[in-house]
Amino acid sequence: MSEQSIYGEEHIKEEGKQYNTLNLGPTHPATHGVFQNVLQLDGEIIMGSEPTIGYIHRAFEKLAEHRPFYQVTPITDRLNYCSAPINNMGWHMTVEKLLGVEMPKKVDYMRVIVMELSRIADHIICNSVLGVDAGALTGFTYVFQWRERIYDIFEQMCGARLTTNIGRIGGFERDFSPKVIGMIRDFLKEFPAKFDEFEGLLLRNRIFMDRIIGVGPISAERALSYSFTGPNLRAAGVDYDVRVMNPYSSYEDFDFIIPVGTQGDTYDRFCVRQEEIRESLKIIAQALDNMPEGKHMADCPEFYLPAKQDVYTSMEALIWHFKIVMGEVELPSGEVYHAVEGGNGEVGYYLISDGGRTPYRLHFRRPCFIYYQAYPEMITGQMLSDAILTLSSLNVIAGELDA
Amino acid sequence: MAISKEQVQDKLSAAFGDNILAYSEPYGMLKVEYKATEHYKIVRLLKEDETFRFRFLTDLCAVHYPDEAGRELAIVTHLHSLENNFRLRLECRISDKSAEIESLTGLFAGANWMERETFDFFGIRFTGHPDLRRILNVDHMDFHPLLKQYPLEDSSREDKDDRFFGR
Repeated sequence: MSEQSIYGEEHIKEEGKQYNTLNLGPTHPATHGVFQNVLQLDGEIIMGSEPTIGYIHRAFEKLAEHRPFYQVTPITDRLNYCSAPINNMGWHMTVEKLLGVEMPKKVDYMRVIVMELSRIADHIICNSVLGVDAGALTGFTYVFQWRERIYDIFEQMCGARLTTNIGRIGGFERDFSPKVIGMIRDFLKEFPAKFDEFEGLLLRNRIFMDRIIGVGPISAERALSYSFTGPNLRAAGVDYDVRVMNPYSSYEDFDFIIPVGTQGDTYDRFCVRQEEIRESLKIIAQALDNMPEGKHMADCPEFYLPAKQDVYTSMEALIWHFKIVMGEVELPSGEVYHAVEGGNGEVGYYLISDGGRTPYRLHFRRPCFIYYQAYPEMITGQMLSDAILTLSSLNVIAGELDA
Repeated sequence: MAISKEQVQDKLSAAFGDNILAYSEPYGMLKVEYKATEHYKIVRLLKEDETFRFRFLTDLCAVHYPDEAGRELAIVTHLHSLENNFRLRLECRISDKSAEIESLTGLFAGANWMERETFDFFGIRFTGHPDLRRILNVDHMDFHPLLKQYPLEDSSREDKDDRFFGR
């Protein structure tokens, strides 16, 4: 067995030589989630790795086959819980595609704002925790309160913070209140300066750069073969972004760029996420400035759960509420695939409906699950401590990994 | 450079003839149904063709249709040609008695876990897969839970009293 390490030496297993076996995880504090890797170590160099996953498998695909469409939304929250609203929106759009319901422009723009805010929250966590794992705790304390600010905005929009269950099939449950708009405006005004401070701590920091450049690299070709998507693919130099390639929710209206890296290593993944946060800020500002007039939901009473006060006061709303909840609405049968650009890449929903109350089959394309299989290849030949950094920079979220 | 649905259809029909069963276009995505024996060959052709370049495996999963005797299990593959921005859905059916199909791991490294997941939940054996083990469920599980005959909850459980859940 011979492995080329990034340090240029070739490691050959000598006759009779034994490797140390090390269990990294499943509850190791440095792995930020339930990941187990059984590592084969030659000194401190990783010679092989065997990941075990499924520790928090919650049978989402089976559960989804037993739930009405609107009750699937809370399941999607619990996939990538760092950017739950993106998953919610993706699911709503999938069902709307199946139903053939057109959204008003205003809903699209509101969705874009929510999705980009959660992308920022997602990338903030990933990049600041990468700093923590490299020994730089300060940056984490700088930006983590800004993630709280984003969660405050979500709380103001829908009442929940982490697993939001935000929006509905057919739009939003309510319009953004002036307070929400004000909070987003304040965020856009105050965050960039703090974010620059955070970036100043790490981006050109010699110690940080020496620590993470060249760690956990993957070539564009291998990344594509492993079906990488999102920032991890873009760090390897492939400019694939669902928002641009297959625009949904009026993303074609916005002016933004796709940052790409060249080396596909931890430093490039860090830089790509940093730039994506700036692009997200640009998109949110454009969406707020150009917010169209109109309603916050589509005109589809047969699918959109009516407002609670209407259910109590108007007969028609009560009937629709009853029909939707009891599953007496005619649903089309068919199969539809819809993809959105999640925090970690292409989040896809493959939905088959047989016209029944619940999906006949629902498959989640979970980017974490798909790219985590490249992890052994990425860390073989590297130091043990590099494996931790690679894992944080890949931003593998256990909830999405294990479904 | 863009490719059209007709080009893909012509190419596949010319190469595989009667082994292609149907073309359809549900919700704007071209769907090709074919005989399961051609699974690997079709994907390889689409991947290696210089015009189409379907080099990105978006997703691979299975669907169980217990009522359709002899073709109960569908294997659904989503391919994406990034250069042409063209998405394609491939579907083939196999019987759940001899649930076997060729593995795509030789073409896409990413197919490894997707096929392990499909094996785990549907019991489909991918021939030529280097490491076909369960992935999300426990190793000693003796059934494949996403098959439709298995209920959502384990009926042999004694720790839950349905009276408390209003069922």
